[in-house]
Amino acid sequence: MKKTFPVILVALLLFFALQPESANAAESAVNTGDTTFILFSSALVMLMTPGLALFYGGMVRKKNVLGTIMQSFIIIAIISVQWVLIGYTLAFGSDNFHLIGSMEWLGFQGVGMAPNPDYAATIPHQAFATFQLMFAIITPALITGAFAERMRFSAFIVFTLLWATFVYDPLAHWVWGVDGWMRNLGTLDFAGGTVVHISSGISGLVAAYFLGKRKGLGSEALVPHNIPMTLMGAGLLWFGWFGFNAGSALTAGSLAASAFIVTNTAAGAGALAWAACEVYRHGKATALGIASGAIAGLVSITPGAGFVGPLSAIVIGLLSGIICFFFVSVIKHKLGYDDSLDAFGIHGVGGTWGALATGLFASQSINPAGADGLFFGNPHLLTAQVISVLATIAFAGLSTFIILKLVKAIFGNIRVSEEDEIIGLDLTQHGEDAYDSSSLESGLAFITHTVPLSSGPI
Amino acid sequence: MKKIECIIRPNKLDEISDALNLYGIQGMTVTQVMGCGLQKGRREVYRGAVYDIHLLPKIKIEIVVPDGWVDDIIKIIRDKANTGEIGDGKIFVSAIENAVRIRTGEQGNAAI
Repeated sequence: MKKTFPVILVALLLFFALQPESANAAESAVNTGDTTFILFSSALVMLMTPGLALFYGGMVRKKNVLGTIMQSFIIIAIISVQWVLIGYTLAFGSDNFHLIGSMEWLGFQGVGMAPNPDYAATIPHQAFATFQLMFAIITPALITGAFAERMRFSAFIVFTLLWATFVYDPLAHWVWGVDGWMRNLGTLDFAGGTVVHISSGISGLVAAYFLGKRKGLGSEALVPHNIPMTLMGAGLLWFGWFGFNAGSALTAGSLAASAFIVTNTAAGAGALAWAACEVYRHGKATALGIASGAIAGLVSITPGAGFVGPLSAIVIGLLSGIICFFFVSVIKHKLGYDDSLDAFGIHGVGGTWGALATGLFASQSINPAGADGLFFGNPHLLTAQVISVLATIAFAGLSTFIILKLVKAIFGNIRVSEEDEIIGLDLTQHGEDAYDSSSLESGLAFITHTVPLSSGPI
Repeated sequence: MKKIECIIRPNKLDEISDALNLYGIQGMTVTQVMGCGLQKGRREVYRGAVYDIHLLPKIKIEIVVPDGWVDDIIKIIRDKANTGEIGDGKIFVSAIENAVRIRTGEQGNAAI
C-alpha cells in the first residue's frame, strides 16, 4: 500500500494535467499593463517570505537560525502545492453558506487565462490566483515567530498544512470571496489586515501559550544572534510590501499609487514612533527597534492601504509603533507568555489597530468603492470592522487551539525534548550547523567515515 | 623559563605586541576570551527587554620567556595596557618545566 500510493497520486496528477485547457479564450479582455503589474507584485510578495525568514532568523540564537529560516522556506514549498490543489478553491471558489468556497477549482481546474470579473476583470484568472498564493504563503510563516526555537519540525509541518487549509482559506473566503459573510457585512480589508495579520498574530499567541516558554527564559540571555540579518530581512519585507498593498489594487492605476505611498509613509512613521519610545524608556534608539517599528507600521496600514490618505497614514503608523512597542516591551512581560519573536505583539496587535483605524480614517475621496470612516461621518464602518476583528480573533484562536490539540494527539509532543532544545533546532531537527561552529580549521577532522547514498541512513 | 599570561582590553593588543616585538619577543599566542572581574558588565536592550551581560570580551596573550626577562615584560605590558580605569586586566606568571621546538627537537631556552 505504501509503495502504490505515490504511483496512484502521480497517475491522478497526470490524468488531470493532460485535460485540454482553453488557454487563450478571452485574451482581448486581458490588460497587459495590469497583468505585468500583478505578476511583478506577486514576485514582490513572494520575496517577503524569505525576507521574513531573515527577519526572524537574525533574532534567534545561532543554534536555531536554520531551524527558524527553514520554517519559512518549507512553508513556501508546502503552500505552493496546497494552494493549487485545494487552497485556492476553498478561499475563492463559489460560495457555500457564506463560509467557504466550493470545490469547483480543485487542482486549479477551470482557473484559466480568461479574467474572472468577480475578482479582477483585466488580468488572467491564474494571475489573480498566483497573487493570492503569495499571501497564503506568508501568513502561516508569520506565526512561526511565536513558537520559534522550540517546535518539532514534523509537528510544525502538519500544523502548517492544517492551519492553512482550515483557518487561512476560510478566513480569506469570508473577507475576500464573493458572498463571504464579512465582505457582505461591509468590512474593509484592502490587503489582509484581518486575514493575514490578525489571524496569524492571534494564532501565534495561542501557540505560544500552548507550547509554553522557552527553556532559560528569564534566566538566560535569549538575545538576537545577528541583527544585521534581521535588518536585511526587514528591508526585504518593506520592499515586498509594495507588492502586497499596492498590488492589492489589482490594477495598475491611481489606487495602486495611493496604496504605495501610504504604505511607505506608515512604515516610516512606525519606525520613528518605536525609536522614540525606546529613547524615552531606555535612552537609546536601537536598530532592531527601527526594524520592528517599520514592520508594525506596515502591518497597521495593510487593511486601510486602499482607503486612507497619506496624512492618515502618518497617524496610523505612529500609533502602531507606540501601541506595538507597549505590547512587546511591557504587556508581554507582565502576562508572561513567550511569543519569542513577537508575532502577536506586532502582527496581532498592529493588525487589530490597523483594522480599527480603517474604520476611523477610511475616506471615499481616496477610494469611491470603499466607505467613509468614523472621522468622515460614518460610524457604521467602524462597527463592521469591530465585528470582523472579534470574529477573526475568535475563529483563528479557537481553530488554532483545536489544530494544536490534534497535532499533539498525532505526534505525542509538538515541542522538542529539553535536551534537543539545549542543543538547538539546527542540529537536532535538520542535522546542519549554520556557522560551522564545532569545527577546528577543517570540518574533515571530525569525519570518521562517509556513507555512500545506497546504504541508507546511518 | 616562565609563562606570562596577560588578560587585556581588546583594543590594546596591537600596542602591546609591537612593544614586545621591539623588546625581542618573537612568539606569542593570542586568544579571544570572555571574562569578568571588577569591571561591571554591560547593558543591552532588545525590544524593550533589558539584559545585563555579565561577561565582557578580552584578549589573552601567552608568552614563554627566560626567567630574567619577566620584570621587564611586566613593565612593558603595564605601561601599554594601563588606562587607569577598572577593566585593564591582569598578568599571571608561572614556572615552565621545559619547552621543545617540534621541528628541530631543541629544548629549554633554545626552543622559545
